[in-house]
Amino acid sequence: MEIPVDLAMGRYGAYVWSSVGLTLLVLVYNAWSAYAALRDARRRLRRARADQAAR
Amino acid sequence: MSDGWSFTRWSAGILPAWAHRLASPPHFYALAGRLTPWFAWPAAVLMAVGLFAGLFVAPTDHQQGDAFRIIYVHVPSAWLSMSSYAIVAGAAAVGLIWRIKLAHWVAHAAAPVGASFTFLALATGSIWGKPMWGTWWVWDARLTAELVLLFLFLGYLALADAFDDPRKGDRASGVLALVGVVNLPIIKYSVDWWSTLHQPATITALGKRAITIEMLWPLLLMWLGATLFLVAVTLTRARAITLERERAQAWVGEAL
Amino acid sequence: MNALVAVARRDLLVAVRRAGEAVTPLLFFVVVTTLVPLGLEPRPELLAEVAPGMLWVGALLAALLGLERLFAADHEDGTLEQLLLVPTPLALAVLGKVATHWLVTGLPLVLVAPLCAELLALPHAALPALVVGLLLGTPTLALLGALGAALTVSARRSALLLPLLVLPLAVPLLIFGARAVALAASGADPLGPLLLVASLGLFTLSLAPLAIAAALRIALE
Repeated sequence: MEIPVDLAMGRYGAYVWSSVGLTLLVLVYNAWSAYAALRDARRRLRRARADQAAR
Repeated sequence: MSDGWSFTRWSAGILPAWAHRLASPPHFYALAGRLTPWFAWPAAVLMAVGLFAGLFVAPTDHQQGDAFRIIYVHVPSAWLSMSSYAIVAGAAAVGLIWRIKLAHWVAHAAAPVGASFTFLALATGSIWGKPMWGTWWVWDARLTAELVLLFLFLGYLALADAFDDPRKGDRASGVLALVGVVNLPIIKYSVDWWSTLHQPATITALGKRAITIEMLWPLLLMWLGATLFLVAVTLTRARAITLERERAQAWVGEAL
Repeated sequence: MNALVAVARRDLLVAVRRAGEAVTPLLFFVVVTTLVPLGLEPRPELLAEVAPGMLWVGALLAALLGLERLFAADHEDGTLEQLLLVPTPLALAVLGKVATHWLVTGLPLVLVAPLCAELLALPHAALPALVVGLLLGTPTLALLGALGAALTVSARRSALLLPLLVLPLAVPLLIFGARAVALAASGADPLGPLLLVASLGLFTLSLAPLAIAAALRIALE
């Protein structure tokens, strides 16, 4: 199947690609910040428990 | 008082054991951890395929040219913004009626993603509007309603965070979410009505015309993928919130 | 019913004594109306076109003032907790409080609206629609504002929070109220939008007191 890859999107390249780019940015940001929130919580609580155990 | 019939107790009584377990933070934490990859990876694949197809495989529209391809990010964002609000309101209702704090945490987890999708719907709608209608912002019904929805999300997040006692924040934002969900149809109706009064005859609403199946299937893939993405992110955030709120409990030590 | 009357009477007394506070929303409404021509060209046709919307926006924003203190004083001195113990349902006591608040801040707005409409060159034909619309709409605003105030009464103070909560909920009222005035100004029949304003009022009146009571209970836990 011949897939016509028109990267310029007719005359509308700037609009289409900025929309797509913005979407990817927002999706990646959400995924990363959710993962980071969990990772940081675990890290912080592990450290707190270690401090407590040391005392 | 405790001997009278109570809807809360009756409904809790007819639920199976696994539903009760779901409300328990340690079980939720473990289960959500196991489930997240099953949502995250399919989400990524579906959205990658859907986006590629939408950008390169779907036929070009004769009216709007290739600019119409923005539909593949704009419309799923709008749909997801609504679904997210439904999740926030539903979880808030569960939290308030059955006094399950975990439900409030799920609502708090879904709200930022919902706000992001709402912002995305607004931004992509605006970008789409520029080549179509010549201006960066158009007060059409859907964009205006999305704008109000964004404020509802921001209000929810601000209120949840505004209390020294986080449990008050849970319940207050829960009440707000329910008030919002009751008002949302009214707001949508009034904005739709207002927009028909002021819409010039030449403008048709974004994406509102006959759509062929070749154009439709990438849209459905994007929508499905984004929904799975919403669930994956919500589960992850909810786990983080659960750890924070339960940090003094014993089970947290084992789970870390 | 006793708590409702008692609360209403006490609030009225306080409002009379603190007349300055009570007058703030009214003054704000008049000031906003005065600013509009200064910010635009004072051409009567232009002013008349923006008048329906600006009057309603002004009413909306004025309704936000004075909400901060609606429940805060009672929360601080323990009156709210007393209201929980009284046999009268909290929702009714809330209704009494909001009714008084409306009498003091909303009703004067309705009475002064024709004057402000004159400043904005609104055609006289639209005055009844304006007054009736505001008469039906300001109680709704008072209830929505009270809901916002109740949700935030035990929260950390933030100037932006209350408007952020209340204004999105007030959008339908704004749309229908302003539309009624605009229709009347162009000679058409404003009945449709006015009925919608009335329906919003009834809807809010039936549900808001319950939500406000729930919010107050959360604050008192």
